[in-house]
Amino acid sequence: MSKIEIKNVYKIFGDQPSKVLPMVKDGASKEEILEKTGHTVGLDDVSLSIEEGETFVCMGLSGSGKSTLIRHINRLIDPTSGVVSVEGTNVMDLDQKQLIEFRRHKMSMVFQRFGLFPHKTVMENVGYGLEVQGQKPEERNKTAMEKIEAVGLNGFEHQYPNQLSGGMQQRVGLARALATNTDIMLMDEAFSALDPLIRSDMQKQLMDLQSELKKTIVFITHDLDESLRLGDHIGILNGGRLVQVGTPVDIIMNPADDYVAAFVKDVNRAKVIKAKIIMKSANESNGVDKKNLIKVQEDQFIEEFLPQVVCTNANCEVVDKQGNVKGYITNKELQKSLTKS
Amino acid sequence: MEKYKKYFNLIYLIAFIAMVVVAYTTSKYRPESVSVLFTDLSWLGNWPKWLDLPLMPFLNEGFDKLIKEYGMFFEGINNFLLGLYTDMKNFMVGLPWPILMISVIVLCYFVSGRNTGTTIMVAFCVFFLGFLSPRYWDKCIMTTCIVVIGMLLCLIIGIPVGILMARHKKVRNAILPILDLMQTIPSFCYLIPGILLFGLGAVPAIFAIFVYAVPPLIRLTDLGIRLVDKEVVEAAEAFGASKKQKLWGVQLPLALPNIMQGVNQCTMMSLAMVVIASMIGTRGIGDEVLLGLQQLNVGMATEAGIAIVLLAIIFDRITQSYGEKIQARTHNKKKLIL
Repeated sequence: MSKIEIKNVYKIFGDQPSKVLPMVKDGASKEEILEKTGHTVGLDDVSLSIEEGETFVCMGLSGSGKSTLIRHINRLIDPTSGVVSVEGTNVMDLDQKQLIEFRRHKMSMVFQRFGLFPHKTVMENVGYGLEVQGQKPEERNKTAMEKIEAVGLNGFEHQYPNQLSGGMQQRVGLARALATNTDIMLMDEAFSALDPLIRSDMQKQLMDLQSELKKTIVFITHDLDESLRLGDHIGILNGGRLVQVGTPVDIIMNPADDYVAAFVKDVNRAKVIKAKIIMKSANESNGVDKKNLIKVQEDQFIEEFLPQVVCTNANCEVVDKQGNVKGYITNKELQKSLTKS
Repeated sequence: MEKYKKYFNLIYLIAFIAMVVVAYTTSKYRPESVSVLFTDLSWLGNWPKWLDLPLMPFLNEGFDKLIKEYGMFFEGINNFLLGLYTDMKNFMVGLPWPILMISVIVLCYFVSGRNTGTTIMVAFCVFFLGFLSPRYWDKCIMTTCIVVIGMLLCLIIGIPVGILMARHKKVRNAILPILDLMQTIPSFCYLIPGILLFGLGAVPAIFAIFVYAVPPLIRLTDLGIRLVDKEVVEAAEAFGASKKQKLWGVQLPLALPNIMQGVNQCTMMSLAMVVIASMIGTRGIGDEVLLGLQQLNVGMATEAGIAIVLLAIIFDRITQSYGEKIQARTHNKKKLIL
């Protein structure tokens, strides 16, 4: 069973969403609906499942419904129709009390503009999730301090959020989400408000934390590079519809439609594709010239070994962490993978 | 709601016709029969006497009934507020003036977050109240007591109503027109029923203060809570804050600067009202102005006017600086990080 399951979710904003729903189900477009009824379609028949321990990136431009989608998971927004289930429980079945418990213990959230409490210190902010659970100050400050250290903000625990820079504030947001130790983390454009250097820094920090903690992360972004970097699976939303779900390589190599194709057109493939994806496995590659070889780790991106290949005009031998030969990459495979279709 | 909208015009029309019919049938001056209206068109000249909605007798009757049946209730409120007012006034009048002056200064010093500038200014104003005319000292105490009790009433009722309005759109839609009404109806219109309900003196003034000064407090509380950053409120919800935790932990603290602005407005308007209330026999600094007017004594009226301004400055500075202190704490100023 998947950790999070979203089935046929529709969300329509307006006065009488249930009346407009049949029209949307019949396949009327977003513009038509807006013109005829004045309702806005937020999500249109979105179904996806997110497995435990993976990072699922939901990507789309602004207005594509990605922020709406993530808010369905912890029910900050109620769907017009459809089922959202987390660990097998339908979140729509929860009453007010259960919903509060559910939000306290099952998932935490990081916000685009940080959503920090300006009247609380960094430590109080980080401990907020525990505070609402009713933990005593000493206990929650201890946990908060651990998480502050984990995101590298020691020494700032008694500052107020607006005394910190944007990157630091988002670290506080991240620490706050980590503090409640929930299995699921929802990140709503968490790094979009940060400048590029700090953003890649934060991405790295998130990946490091993730490799250790193995949480289920739902990450929203409008930045393709970011989604390719972080995501185990990527879902692309356009106008409230889910156009494609797949691994980063799937998305780049086999875009489902013109919209996705236009999106991935300018991606630097060498930066995204790993050696193990384009290699020919060892038993298939008999004709490979094995005199002139470069050793390449299977998880290395093409850009990391490409310069070497160009200089020496050699073939690559792909090995795993233990050093076993997994396969080979010749210029032919490299060429194929880097050519834009 | 949308589907009933088209019936609204019809409802207006029916109500209007009903009112005209009521006016016609209850009027003493109506013609002998309706048919006369069609033969004798002279009623189209001047406004006919029978076309008169009988609102006045209706309201008078209702008000009489209110006094007869719920008189005990208003009596109770009257006794309570009057008792509170007399005790407070007697206590403060009984204190030697230097002690009272020093306590105001000390209060101001701590409430303003140890701001010496504000404190010195307030000290001067307090001193000048008595310095202008020794009679003013006790009268200012009376006025202060009325304003403080009126304010307390406004706070106790205004802030919860403001919170309710911010939470439920329906409550807001229902209360906003009432607030408009309270702010636009001339104050004399409710001073007079105030006298009938509570008698002469301090209590109708408190009642008038409440009607006049509570709207800005309610509005600013409502606005303050709704202006709290949506993402911050969402964050509180996402971490599983209950409604109570959200209100006390996030919304109210962040809305406090706005609420304090409302309290400040409320004080200023109370002070304005308490002067007008002197016309219905409320004792205090306002009746000096009234006396000056009646005797055409310009100097006396001006002197009393200055005293009111000084009192206003004292109230304003104390509430304002308290608001600023809170704001400084919640919206911590950015300090240089090295």
